[in-house]
Amino acid sequence: MLSRTASSLYWLGRYVERADFIARLVEATIRLDALSPRPAGQVAWESALAVTDTVAAFSRTGEVVGQDAVARFLTLDKTHPGSLVQSLDLARNNARAVRTSLTREAWTGINQAWLLFQNRATPGGAAATLALAESVKAATRGFEGAIHRMLRNQTTWFIRLGQAIERADNTARLLDVKYHILLPAGEPVGGVVDRDQWTTILQTVSAVTAYRWLYSDGLQPSNVIDLLIARAELPRSLAASAEEAVDFLTLLAKRTGMHGEAEAMARGRLARMLKTHSSEVIAGGLHQYLERFLAENDELHHAIARQFAFG
Amino acid sequence: MGIQAFDEIMGQSGSTVCRSELAALGTWIEGTPAAELRRRQQSAEATFRQLGITFAVYGDSDASERIIPFDIVPRIFLASEWARLSEGLVQRVEAINAFLDDIYGAQKILKDGILPADLVLSNPQFRPEIAGIRPPHGIWAHICGIDLVRTGPDEFYVLEDNARTPSGVSYMLENREAMLRLCPELFGHFRVAAVDSYPDRLLETMRSVAPGNVAAPVCVVLTPGHYNSAYYEHSFLADSMGIELVEAADLVVDDDFVWMRTIGGLVKIDVIYRRIDDDFLDPEVFRPDSMLGVPGLIRAYAAGNVALINAPGNGIADDKAIYSYMPEIVKYYSGGETKLPNVETWRCREAGALQYTLDNLDKVVVKLVDGSGGYGMLVGPTASAAEIETFRAALIAEPHRYIAQPTLALSTVPTLAEAGLAPRHVDFRPFVLTGSRGVQVVPGGLTRVALKEGSLVVNSSQGGGTKDSFVLMDDGVMAQSQGPAVQSQSMGGMSQTMGGMSQSMGGN
Repeated sequence: MLSRTASSLYWLGRYVERADFIARLVEATIRLDALSPRPAGQVAWESALAVTDTVAAFSRTGEVVGQDAVARFLTLDKTHPGSLVQSLDLARNNARAVRTSLTREAWTGINQAWLLFQNRATPGGAAATLALAESVKAATRGFEGAIHRMLRNQTTWFIRLGQAIERADNTARLLDVKYHILLPAGEPVGGVVDRDQWTTILQTVSAVTAYRWLYSDGLQPSNVIDLLIARAELPRSLAASAEEAVDFLTLLAKRTGMHGEAEAMARGRLARMLKTHSSEVIAGGLHQYLERFLAENDELHHAIARQFAFG
Repeated sequence: MGIQAFDEIMGQSGSTVCRSELAALGTWIEGTPAAELRRRQQSAEATFRQLGITFAVYGDSDASERIIPFDIVPRIFLASEWARLSEGLVQRVEAINAFLDDIYGAQKILKDGILPADLVLSNPQFRPEIAGIRPPHGIWAHICGIDLVRTGPDEFYVLEDNARTPSGVSYMLENREAMLRLCPELFGHFRVAAVDSYPDRLLETMRSVAPGNVAAPVCVVLTPGHYNSAYYEHSFLADSMGIELVEAADLVVDDDFVWMRTIGGLVKIDVIYRRIDDDFLDPEVFRPDSMLGVPGLIRAYAAGNVALINAPGNGIADDKAIYSYMPEIVKYYSGGETKLPNVETWRCREAGALQYTLDNLDKVVVKLVDGSGGYGMLVGPTASAAEIETFRAALIAEPHRYIAQPTLALSTVPTLAEAGLAPRHVDFRPFVLTGSRGVQVVPGGLTRVALKEGSLVVNSSQGGGTKDSFVLMDDGVMAQSQGPAVQSQSMGGMSQTMGGMSQSMGGN
């Protein structure tokens, strides 16, 4: 496979995953906003900006933090790389460059999501924004379904490797920011806002029901942290993402007959994660742990780009 | 133009009875209502639109990508007609290859005075940069598209040779797919030679011209990228041959070898089917501002380490100024008379021809030798007196810039028009492949049809469409030069090797 093709497929996976994540984040934040008394609503949108690393970009718009402005900024704004529409644009460009490697279904999934945003100036009010997010999720689900129906070869492995790396990044940042906000809040632990914030995290990773199945002792921050970091059963957990990265790099190594630095790095990361207990993570400082994880995930990304000569 | 033309199905334009050999088609046409034909035609066009089959046939820089209209009534060649036509095509393509080998080598044809040296040496299509380089196996024009017009059952004339990067072969294949799907009953009435082996034949041709003794030569298609108007065809061909579709950025020349960047490291390339014009091929040799080319590619080619399909410099063989000498060129290299004539051409640089042209301006077509796309052209029978006088003055002032040809009665084929079936003029581009094991004519081709009544212009930018072209196998006189046309699924189809058979994405 050409390195250029591999690079486009990998980035296609990353951008589709990012688009899906932003849609779920906006959706969960609208819910949090609606449930919370002022000024917690504003805090909810501030944290959404922090999670997508767009606080500075948003402040340049000069707008006041609130649902209308931030929802528009995260979905439709083309001036920064962290918006839904930008992610879909980039995903579609990458898909076009490798159009013949994709099935018609996979292409249609991307194209449908992209079409949702053409000639659209505003996401609309809360209901319309929720409907838009739902449509994006449906289209990305369609794309993922199509990917699973494609030949299981390098084409799908590179797409899914990109998704795994992006997913690890998204989940880690979500957890980091929310935890950061929750700790110094001064609210009594278990209070209404607190509870809603933790629920928001679960919603953003589509794990509200999964949580109930796995933990019987009610909504506990330590359980949420355990779920998102260490439970590989949850597809969006850090453990699951780390495991997937190893899986796809292993398959690629078998196919190319070459073991590279990215594969070794991914294996090392997984081995360490399997030995880590979430209680140790909390004791040692969650924020420090997540910062290290994000840096390592970024290093892994660069190692992948080097190993396969993305250029 | 009230010219009585030969109709390839009916015998004469306006006839109500089919040629006896094609009676089955007449029965089919009568038995299928126009509304049903139209429905099938729309279904075919809808498929083309979904697949994004778009390109500019003449390779102009047409800005807009359009679907070329498809006509549901096929054109049919009898086996005997095709056999004679193929002989002429093989002879012509062999001569084109011999001519290129000579022109960039010993230049015997110039020394023997067969054609004026200045016509070649000062022609912008002549590339002194590559003179002296011999392509692997001595083959220059691996893929030729010879544009033909027809005026009678066995009267074919070459209108233009395409020895650079002729396009349109994807239409030949997709039109056939559409006909098989929409009119399967026709293939019961006629035994039609299959065209779907084209990708296999092309790959075999590419492999056969690989330099050196490589057991499994690596072949690629080189495209300018997905913004190019013929990108669909490039990706279609690469996919159906099961080889990589590369862009210049994927290639690197090192130590006079060409390599492509893959996830497993650099892979040496032996054969490149390039769909990039000479001008843009290598900025070190041709246009230095080219972003589409591969620096050093010509160095690797000159070192004999890579085969380029088609070879650079071929433009000199299909140039308009050279065209009128093709009968002499064919005779010079083949030793016999040309089996496939040119359209009669008066070279106005010669005094007798100029006089004839001036005397018959109201009957002939006058063309600029370096014009294209219908510019600088006079169609005598339809021109005004003032236009004729303008051309008369221009001809007298600069006779060497002009040629004249008779106005031909191009053959027609029944075509679905607004009011039902009606005769429309057609031309034809068959594809001829040349590898180290010989020349083969693909039994089919691209038929272009002028959809406007009476129009002789088949160009897609001026209301032209396409039709499927059936070559019948029936009277058993298949062309000697071609292999058996096997009804096979093309084997080279999958571009992606199958992954491991296990379903498990997880366990390792």
